Amino acid sequence: MEKRVTFRGWLLPLVLIAPQVMISAIFFFYPAGQAIWQSLFIPDPFGLSARFVGLGNFEFLISDKYYRASFITTAVFSLLVTLCSMIPALFLAVLADRLIKGSGVYRTLLIWPYAVAPAVAGVLWLFMFNTRVGVVSWYLGHLGYDWNHVLNGGEAMGLVVVASAWGRISYNFLFFFAALQSVPRSVVEAAAIDGARFWRRFFTVILPLLSPTAFFLLVVNIVYAFFETFGVIHTITAGGPQQSTTILVYKVFSDGFVGQDLGSSAAQSVILLFVVGLLTVIQFKYIEKRVHY
Amino acid sequence: MEQRSGMVEKRGMGLWLTHGFMITGVLIIFFPIWLAFVASTVTQPEIVSPPMPLLPGGHFWENYKTALLSGVNVPVATMLMNSLIMAIGIAVGKIIISLLSAFAIVYFRFPGRTIFFWMIFLTLMLPVEVRILPTFEVVAGFGMLNSYSGLIFPLIASATATFLFRQFFLTIPDELAEAARVDGAQPMRFFIDIVLPMSRTNIAALFVILFIYGWNQYLWPLLITTDPEMNTIVMGIKQMFPSGDDVAEWPVIMATSILAMIPPVIVVVSMQKLFVRGLVDSEK
Repeated sequence: MEKRVTFRGWLLPLVLIAPQVMISAIFFFYPAGQAIWQSLFIPDPFGLSARFVGLGNFEFLISDKYYRASFITTAVFSLLVTLCSMIPALFLAVLADRLIKGSGVYRTLLIWPYAVAPAVAGVLWLFMFNTRVGVVSWYLGHLGYDWNHVLNGGEAMGLVVVASAWGRISYNFLFFFAALQSVPRSVVEAAAIDGARFWRRFFTVILPLLSPTAFFLLVVNIVYAFFETFGVIHTITAGGPQQSTTILVYKVFSDGFVGQDLGSSAAQSVILLFVVGLLTVIQFKYIEKRVHY
Repeated sequence: MEQRSGMVEKRGMGLWLTHGFMITGVLIIFFPIWLAFVASTVTQPEIVSPPMPLLPGGHFWENYKTALLSGVNVPVATMLMNSLIMAIGIAVGKIIISLLSAFAIVYFRFPGRTIFFWMIFLTLMLPVEVRILPTFEVVAGFGMLNSYSGLIFPLIASATATFLFRQFFLTIPDELAEAARVDGAQPMRFFIDIVLPMSRTNIAALFVILFIYGWNQYLWPLLITTDPEMNTIVMGIKQMFPSGDDVAEWPVIMATSILAMIPPVIVVVSMQKLFVRGLVDSEK
């Protein structure tokens, strides 16, 4: 789409666009280019020179069992975060949609967790499940379950998943609720008159109409789980125990800043770059489709 | 019982059941926040001998005063100030540069316009986490570690807002620009008198989203603020945990967590309509 009416002149628009271009160039394109460039080298231990290795860093990563494990961890983590945030959100949205009065109050209350930073959410959940002082872990202990996410990888994963999904429930709820509100009443009422009970109406009429929203949220939540959950993982588990919660973004950080393995960290960045690219393409494809409806 | 008269909303027993489920859901979701609040009003001994109480104690002022005025490494008041400057800097900075560049791209034909447009499109795809190491080197090279500009600039580099404003400007009727041109108005007059007032709601909605984005940043401030005086509150909480076997100061840490969530919660709840609109817009 283009404007038919435009103003004349070329100096003014260049001046207007200059701040954006400069900031993007310095803080975006140059670093992104550096990431790609560095991924082709292995620096010596003193950082004085670098040896060109071509795709060596990538070959090493593909054969590295820790990196492959991190890929699987990321897949499991983002799938669980997506499910644990979408299903409760859909359930709450369906309930709120059936209320004539009061849904506004619930909505206001349910938005809260979205405003809580992932890192703060991590601290809150860590506090509840802390092995020494946590309330939930204490009651679990009384029920005979010995909770210890510091040693048990499965429990650590469970905790970071719940802490990451918690704030997302708000986000998903808002989108599901808006979508449900826009389902034509007449369609639902027609099904009701035909004798379809609630759950039958839900699965045969409402859910299909929600599918564009659900698909959109699926992609957005996966992107969130991939890139925005660093704070949760860093505050709760720091990637442990035995790397059982080291997702890809966390590994870029821990290999690059903690391990000082610059070449490998850069190569990991480049791989992530492709992952984001892929997810963005999927998202845009879908949006194009929606526009044509 | 459900009625089949065409009304699909719940009534009677079903209505109460729906409210019951809803309230249970809200309570479960609020529990972590409630527990943090309770912990911020009791004493350390009450927490370290579990189970801690589930109702607030009487040490609210004491704990919040300790947190705000002395904190653990640095007073929380300082961290709050840093977070506020960073969040507002990101929101305002990004809105200004994107308004200008979106105006240039939509309302002018100039050499290199297509290239600029694709540049902008490309930046939509790369979160800061992905280019974190080289960005850190650039910022360190400029001597911007432990500075507000170092906290702000790298996070306004992506052009999401430019893209949004472009989409919006395209919906402004051509007649308005036509009329302005016929009247001999300069482009910047048109921008200030027509485009800006029309974009008010979009600007406000975007401000809400960007403020929360900036406030909730974690990894970037963690890397570039090595001086505790420059810590933001969201990353500073983790720094309050002792390393090794010392016991964490839970009441102060939890008071800080509550303080860290108050500003974004106020923004989201008080500007709920704008916020929902901003969310929907920025994901389109």
